[in-house]
Amino acid sequence: MSDTAAPAMPARKKRGGGRPSALRLLLNNTLATTGLLVLVLIILIALAAPFLPLPDPDVTAPADRLLRPLADGHLLGTDALGRDILSRLIWGARVSLAVGISATLIAAFFGSLIGLVAGYAGGRVDALLMRGIDMVMAFPYILLALAIVAALGPGLLNALYAIAVVNIPFFARNIRGITIGLSRREFVDAARLSGKSNARILFGEVLPNVLPIIIITMSTTIGWMILETAGLSFLGLGAQPPQADLGSMLGDGRKILFTAPHVSIIPGLMIFVLVMSINLFGDGVRDVLDPRLKSGALTRPVARTAVERARVPERQPHKDNVLDVVDLNTQFHIGSSVYRAVGGVDLHLKQGECLGIVGESGSGKSVTAMSLMGLVPTPPGRITGGAAWLEGEDLFAVSDERIRQLRGADVSHVFQDPLSTLHPLFTVGDQLTEAIMAHRPIKRSDADKRAEELLRLVRITNPTERLKVYPHELSGGMRQRICIAMALANDAKIIIADEPTTALDVTVQAQILSLLDTLRRESNAAILFITHDFGVVSAVCDRVAVMYAGRIVETGRTQDVLENPAHPYTGKLIDCVPVLGQPERRLDAIEGRPPVVDNLPAGCAFADRCPRAQADCRAGEITLSPFGEDRAVRCLHPLERGAAHA
Amino acid sequence: MAAYIAKRLLAAIPVLFGLSIIVFLIMAMIPGDPATAILGSYATPENVARLNADLGLDKSLPQQYLIWLGNLLQGDLGRSYALNRPVLDEVLERFSATLILAGTALVLCSILGLLAGVISAVRQYGLADKLITVLVLIGISTPSFWLGLLLILAFAVKIRLFPASGMYAIYGGGDLPDLLHHLFLPALTLAVVATGVIARLTRTAMLEVLRQDYIRTARAKGLTERRVIYRHAFKAALVSVIPVIGIQAGFVLGGAVYIETVFQWPGIGSMLVNAISTRDLLLVQGGVLVVAATYVLFNLAADVVQTILDPRLR
Repeated sequence: MSDTAAPAMPARKKRGGGRPSALRLLLNNTLATTGLLVLVLIILIALAAPFLPLPDPDVTAPADRLLRPLADGHLLGTDALGRDILSRLIWGARVSLAVGISATLIAAFFGSLIGLVAGYAGGRVDALLMRGIDMVMAFPYILLALAIVAALGPGLLNALYAIAVVNIPFFARNIRGITIGLSRREFVDAARLSGKSNARILFGEVLPNVLPIIIITMSTTIGWMILETAGLSFLGLGAQPPQADLGSMLGDGRKILFTAPHVSIIPGLMIFVLVMSINLFGDGVRDVLDPRLKSGALTRPVARTAVERARVPERQPHKDNVLDVVDLNTQFHIGSSVYRAVGGVDLHLKQGECLGIVGESGSGKSVTAMSLMGLVPTPPGRITGGAAWLEGEDLFAVSDERIRQLRGADVSHVFQDPLSTLHPLFTVGDQLTEAIMAHRPIKRSDADKRAEELLRLVRITNPTERLKVYPHELSGGMRQRICIAMALANDAKIIIADEPTTALDVTVQAQILSLLDTLRRESNAAILFITHDFGVVSAVCDRVAVMYAGRIVETGRTQDVLENPAHPYTGKLIDCVPVLGQPERRLDAIEGRPPVVDNLPAGCAFADRCPRAQADCRAGEITLSPFGEDRAVRCLHPLERGAAHA
Repeated sequence: MAAYIAKRLLAAIPVLFGLSIIVFLIMAMIPGDPATAILGSYATPENVARLNADLGLDKSLPQQYLIWLGNLLQGDLGRSYALNRPVLDEVLERFSATLILAGTALVLCSILGLLAGVISAVRQYGLADKLITVLVLIGISTPSFWLGLLLILAFAVKIRLFPASGMYAIYGGGDLPDLLHHLFLPALTLAVVATGVIARLTRTAMLEVLRQDYIRTARAKGLTERRVIYRHAFKAALVSVIPVIGIQAGFVLGGAVYIETVFQWPGIGSMLVNAISTRDLLLVQGGVLVVAATYVLFNLAADVVQTILDPRLR
């Protein structure tokens, strides 16, 4: 992804004791906490069973058989032999829990061991162990457990073994995957060089790092194991009388389902509550220990960036401009932090003109461009101020449907990496005709012809055949040509090109640039060209705007800015471009990093990295002031003419 | 494509071999002496030895396996001593009933799971999403055998809408409407857990896909949001959900053991449970082998579908 979706992350501020502990995170999750409370309660009651004032679970009383719940002295009633169901339930839960936990521990121990050894040893040992695991996994889970019980004979202990065995592969696979990654890491190499034995590295260095994954896998499988052992007991293959777990209670009750449903419903409900509490808690544990799966990371961006404008500029658009942007503000709201990605940007484009926006990653250049057609992902992005007029129409005020009509028609886009921006599962032809047909009521066959023309336009040979291929079958340059063809599909007035050459080889870059330049002159479309490379700017742009920390710091005609940069940052950026034939010129990297945009300093954002910074630079707001013809700069101490290349 | 399918079929052969070895070993590992078990503990040593020779148990384990495999390839899975008929005949007869049940459940859980997952992702954090998330959580925590009993109580006893057991009505049944009538409750019960798993993964896959660059491209082209979600995002998400559906085939085939017992469905699951109780081990062996082989084929089919959808895998 380009930097639209990834505002620079803040250096985590230390709050009190630093990072919130895993336990605190877990307790913040209501569902997980509820699960944990219920689970703890069940475990406590099960542990306390011998001390509770309960009737003996195995004492039969034929006179009191099949009492309904709430009967005298039997809160949950009695079963077919007159045994107290509450007592049996608690003692049965005790057995079920013990069996489930034991099975999990056995599976975790052997599975993790296999995974650790396979992942660490690699090579033939790994191949052999994993083929074995694959074989076991080729069985339907429950069926294999049945086969094992068939061989060992029915019984609770045998059911426990069977369930443990069939769960070993889950642990082995998960742990192996993590171990392989860890075994290539530096700390393992260091341990090896220090002469530690393989066993000590494996258990001393690797195991502690794998432990969270083992715990996650345990917490997500223990519910299953309790369920499956209960299932085997239900079938009469697990606990044998007089011993009873929840599953066998349910199995016994089934025979009298119609006459006394409570005898089977109650133990089933208990299994359900137990497994549900474990699953709730397990999901919480997984979310805390596996940051990849944290819910916030998987938020779906909506179709259009949210617009919540605090103020709308009073100025009206200039009628010569195809695009007029005034005081654009775009922010990212992540948790309680607000990142001011774009903080008041003014831009304008005339017909057929090419404006370059230049800056480092995180400067807000992509966000500026993506804000125009509402393509900044929301959440977390939102447009908080300003206006963008497309031929007099305020893009932030029009309806969603109008934006859809304009996207790909009047305003089209070319993105950075053509491999990830083209859909991998549709042919080039499908994707092109779709772009055409979204805006024109034409037949598929006509759209196909138009698609072919477009491919010719972007200088692709054999267009008829190329329409049938998938993006991954093309070269990078070819793919970007397809994207450009797509942008041209509906005679756009403005093409927004977001680093269209960054992901390409240098020679291909030059071809794509010259193609874009030619097409612009032929079609008279305006181009908004986002790049970090002043070399690219000099090749195609008429005018340039330099952005830093969400603001334009300098703007002017390309030639003027290149020859006489006024803002020290512009000067530094230009110095980053190597010049052919001048090997003696020093390439300066700009020292330091751009500021984080949730906490900008007062005054000039570049002051901390600027060699010319003085006290007044940090004093207060600095405006973008005119600086010669068609030129403006946001700097109190601009560079003098010719100073940059000194 | 045909070449690819042929290649995958060939690759399945070693897996099937592995299955046969595991099944053989599990049965060979049974403690005690089968001849003594059959003849009873008062059998004379001569009789035991003769029966062992008859059964081929005096040969080495690899030899026994090869003989067993040879018979297997000729369709001879031995004789069920409890039913006194060839194992293969019994297994195939029962298996068709299981296929109807498990196949219906698999179709049901795929459709419902994908639907729920997509709705959940599209309405993320909305009411529908929360409702589905809770239902999914309940679904994957519910013991299916218990749910089956509850459904029988509700629909067969209280409101008498569906029958509680069997595959056909005892008198005058046997046509398709009758089958569907009997199939509804067990297939639904069997599908619940798998539906939950598929819904969960579909939701995650959709959310993952909707963040991809090519979705932004689809929007930048001016496609309607409906087309973006149901054509561009769903197809990509489906590619990652298909293998999960393949795996669910295993859970559905296995879960059929419970459901067939609860609903007295005359399938291979209830046959296995009975066979285990009567220690009819050849029947267990044959049943397990056939179901496991079917599961391998289901996964193979999932692979093929995935390859059809995703040109990058070809």
